[in-house]
Amino acid sequence: MTAGQGIGARLLRKEDDRYMRGRGQYVGDIRLPGMQEVAFLRSPLAHARIRAIQIPAGIRDRVFIAEDLSGVAPIRADTSLPGFKSSVQPALATGKVRHVGELIAMCVAPTRAEAEDLVAEIDVDFEPLPAVHDMLAARQPGAPLVHEHWGDNLYLTTAIDVDFEAAVAKAAKSVTRELRTARQAMCPLEGRGVIASWNTRLDQLIVTSSTQQPHIVRTGLAECLGLDEGRVRVVAPDVGGGFGYKGILLPEEVALSWATRKLGVPLRWLEDRRENLIAGADCREHHYILTAYADADGRLLALDCEATVDSGAYSAYPFSACLEAGQIGSILPGLYDFPHYRCRTHSVATNKPPILPYRGVARTGVCFALEVTLDALARELGIEPKDLRFKSLVRPEQMPFDNIAKRHFDSGDYPEALRQAIEEIGFAEVRERQRRAEPDGRRIGIGFAMYAEQAGHGTSVYAAWGIPFVPGYEQCQARFTPDGGLELRIGAHSHGQGLETTLSQVAHSILGVPHERIKLVHGDTAETPYSTGTWGSRCMIMSGGAVAAACDELADRILRIAAGLLQARREDVRIEGGDVVGPSGRMAVAEVARTWYRRPQDLPGDLNPGGLELTGGYKAKRDTGTFSYATHAAVVAVDPETGEVEILDYAIVEDGGVLVNPMIVDGQVYGGVAQGIGTALYEEMRYDGQGQPLASTLSDYILPGPTEVPDVRILHMETPSPYTRFGQKGIGEGGAIAPPAAITNAINDALKDLGAELLVSPITPRRIVEAIGSARQRAAAA
Amino acid sequence: MKPAPFDYLRPQTVEEAVRLLATTPDAKVLAGGQTLGPMLNLRLAQPAVLVDIGRIAELAAVTDDKDAVMIGATVTHAAIEDGRTPDPTGGFLPQVARGIAYRAVRTRGTIGGSLAHADPAADWLSALTALGAEIAIAGVRSSRRVPLSAFVRGAMETELGADELITGIRIRKLSSRARFGYHKICRKTGEFAEAIGVVVDDPERAYFCAVAGATGGRPLVMETRAAPGSGSVTVEDARQLLKGAHFTGDDYELTLHAAALHRAYQRAYAA
Ligand SMILES: Cc1cc2nc3c(=O)[nH]c(=O)nc-3n(C[C@H](O)[C@H](O)[C@H](O)COP(=O)(O)OP(=O)(O)OC[C@H]3O[C@@H](n4cnc5c(N)ncnc54)[C@H](O)[C@@H]3O)c2cc1C
Repeated sequence: MTAGQGIGARLLRKEDDRYMRGRGQYVGDIRLPGMQEVAFLRSPLAHARIRAIQIPAGIRDRVFIAEDLSGVAPIRADTSLPGFKSSVQPALATGKVRHVGELIAMCVAPTRAEAEDLVAEIDVDFEPLPAVHDMLAARQPGAPLVHEHWGDNLYLTTAIDVDFEAAVAKAAKSVTRELRTARQAMCPLEGRGVIASWNTRLDQLIVTSSTQQPHIVRTGLAECLGLDEGRVRVVAPDVGGGFGYKGILLPEEVALSWATRKLGVPLRWLEDRRENLIAGADCREHHYILTAYADADGRLLALDCEATVDSGAYSAYPFSACLEAGQIGSILPGLYDFPHYRCRTHSVATNKPPILPYRGVARTGVCFALEVTLDALARELGIEPKDLRFKSLVRPEQMPFDNIAKRHFDSGDYPEALRQAIEEIGFAEVRERQRRAEPDGRRIGIGFAMYAEQAGHGTSVYAAWGIPFVPGYEQCQARFTPDGGLELRIGAHSHGQGLETTLSQVAHSILGVPHERIKLVHGDTAETPYSTGTWGSRCMIMSGGAVAAACDELADRILRIAAGLLQARREDVRIEGGDVVGPSGRMAVAEVARTWYRRPQDLPGDLNPGGLELTGGYKAKRDTGTFSYATHAAVVAVDPETGEVEILDYAIVEDGGVLVNPMIVDGQVYGGVAQGIGTALYEEMRYDGQGQPLASTLSDYILPGPTEVPDVRILHMETPSPYTRFGQKGIGEGGAIAPPAAITNAINDALKDLGAELLVSPITPRRIVEAIGSARQRAAAA
Repeated sequence: MKPAPFDYLRPQTVEEAVRLLATTPDAKVLAGGQTLGPMLNLRLAQPAVLVDIGRIAELAAVTDDKDAVMIGATVTHAAIEDGRTPDPTGGFLPQVARGIAYRAVRTRGTIGGSLAHADPAADWLSALTALGAEIAIAGVRSSRRVPLSAFVRGAMETELGADELITGIRIRKLSSRARFGYHKICRKTGEFAEAIGVVVDDPERAYFCAVAGATGGRPLVMETRAAPGSGSVTVEDARQLLKGAHFTGDDYELTLHAAALHRAYQRAYAA
């Protein structure tokens, strides 16, 4: 295939031209005539019954509460997994509030400030209930119940056991670790935002929302509002980062959609950072008790895991409350080949906001638990962590490989990714440097972490899971314009991924249309084919595959017409450099398009009357997903006195199959690593005993900034996937998966002589100093 | 969130400003807005009137007499960082300014606003206490000068009356033989301090002061008058100094503050 402007070219991103000039258009930039702003009264309590809501009579017509929302069904995101308990999330609280920030009343005014003035006038009489904010406490008998009729706080428990008992007798060594990852809040630059309006001519609801899954939001809204889907249109304009948060159907979207029809004016709600942090975007909170067993040769023999995920008060639509815990069992084996395995998982309800998918979904916590425990096992065995890994990694000659949890790894060379990372990070030099003490008293450590990122997994995976959507075939509508340009329409959404550029590269590779003449249309259910949207690192596989399918079909139609015009046989013409080339001459593809539209009298007889406008569809040869993978290597310096950590070096060796645009891939990895560093060292949403969040601004919720993110070196391997259209794999999330594990391993390596080990994220200076302190006390007591 | 409704006044002189403060109920001074802005937005502050002092020329002035420099209250952190104002300390003030927040905040945030707010974790509070600075205050009835160490009563509590204005900060000049060390420990670039250590030693003026900041209350001045010799103060000494100054905090906080103080000493006496 072609580079130049095609697959493999490092083209600058088309969309950046408008972003860099400040010409993007986000929900916050849009003003409709007569538009009013919305502010919500949110629950100040984590768990309480609402006895009464007092609204002054003078403002009653601008305030809406649950009882006003006639005909609105609650949001419901069930799975078909056996034993799942269903939660029902009302748009506005009915009877009870289950987390701080839950919506109680919607206030409408000409400006947001005035809407907030209305909020301040409402009085709610609460009967406080005991709140449960810790997932382990929530599992105990007698814990306060988030949903009383359940009888406990468990959405779902899963179990997998592959001949585990046999392992214990065979094991030479084992280590058990208890690990935790903090609850985080996703912080895309742009928060959520919604404009709802009712088009009386089309008798249609139009919702402009900062979403990454417009078609899914459409289905969800139609169901909640009891409208035919044809009467709901969802538009996603420019979206300033999604990361999973923008995949969720929001109660705010439902409430505004109902109210705009009632009031007859467009309504807008823009989430502010406070709402984002305390109520909106929670993610990541896992707990593990993990035992790793090794045989006498230092090979991994078995894993035994009990994992708990704090899923919060409601099952979020569409991914459900079990997206994280439900995947842990199948992700935990990592890249390793071992014979015995057991894993139980619990999705637990607490009085906290629903847990949502965040870049890396479940994998970040799993990679942390597994890779940190493997390093502990290596220390116990007295061998280098890298050597433990070399002995147990799936080998390239085993590919494709079905692992112990029945995941099907498509292709790759995992040991090679580790070898290259060892080389790139200068492992031997770091070990040498560690032997000389640092002049400033800091301690140096090196750590590795490896993972696989399943991407573009489709029907078979999701059907088994039974959440509100199951991805099937993906489509692209492609058409030539009369002047020879190309329009591509996809139902997924691009909000940082660079699809306006990469999908154009795919089309260019097939049709030779110049990059600047290709336009990607996305983000509007009225203009694009159905799609489950942008999630699971699926777009380059699925939308890329669909664009290729549509362009292949267009190419055939172009060639048929051109063969007639060139008086050649269809088999004898081909597309090359933007021209159709035949034995007797060539003509521009654009000229063929012009002939079709503008001079049909010249067309040959043998052609497809469907013309140069069609829908192509795609599904991978195997729909269990591609598995890109990587090794992350970190070198850190830890100040044992203050607990400060500096990342001295960071290198990544990753294999995303065939890279459509390596520069964009690097950008995806850099951004992910920055978020992973946040998980590792900074980001933490803590709660007090009453379930009150202790961070409500970015001065309490710490995100890494430019000086906290080091220069990262990325090396690529390119093992094509055997199952996708041109060997590509999904890579959108990987950067965020391994940093907590790699950095923690490096910190633990730095502190191993002090006997201190860190098993929680984020690793704060206080946690380091306290871990060193208790290691000293243990040593003194021994 | 957006602020509750308020009125906005913009006086041109100090005299007019203090008169407005004295006669307008529930008025609040607005300087750079880098603290007050977020507080208004979060509705933690809901004043009826904002008195914007940003256009008062005399508050933006810096005057240099033989002994000292008076820095006007609305001089920004960035102006000090850039050396756009006379520096009585031979490099100490710009060094501190550079470590405050981010450049965007420093461009608007003012030295007077920072001291008026008296956040224990703020940089100027500790640095200027160690310099023995005085704060100039204007009111309708009188003007006065108060040593900073007496001005601050506790966390976000000062001597300032509701109808008073900080007009400037008077800092005595350091001699060329003076040594200083400032060490701020914070979670990341641009964050408020978790611990601050400051040491100022001017043998020519026989002036010495060591301060621990970001302690949760007013800056703690260490009970040591004499300037110890270079590098002779250990971490353990720093711990003892802090305990002697009635430092309150758990073991980790004590460790962190001892490290900050120790490192300030090391910087001051580095060759
Ligand atoms: C993101 C961020 C990070 C920050 N990080 C740091 C940091 O690391 N270190 C640090 O020290 N500070 C930090 N700050 C605070 C910053 O330095 C502020 O600029 C400063 O604290 C307040 O100054 P201001 O001019 O903005 O005051 P304003 O916000 O306008 O006012 C603050 C208060 O002081 C009163 N006031 C202001 N001027 C006067 C006056 N002349 N007389 C009487 N009262 C007055 C106001 O009424 C108000 O109560 C940070 C701020 C932000 C937003």
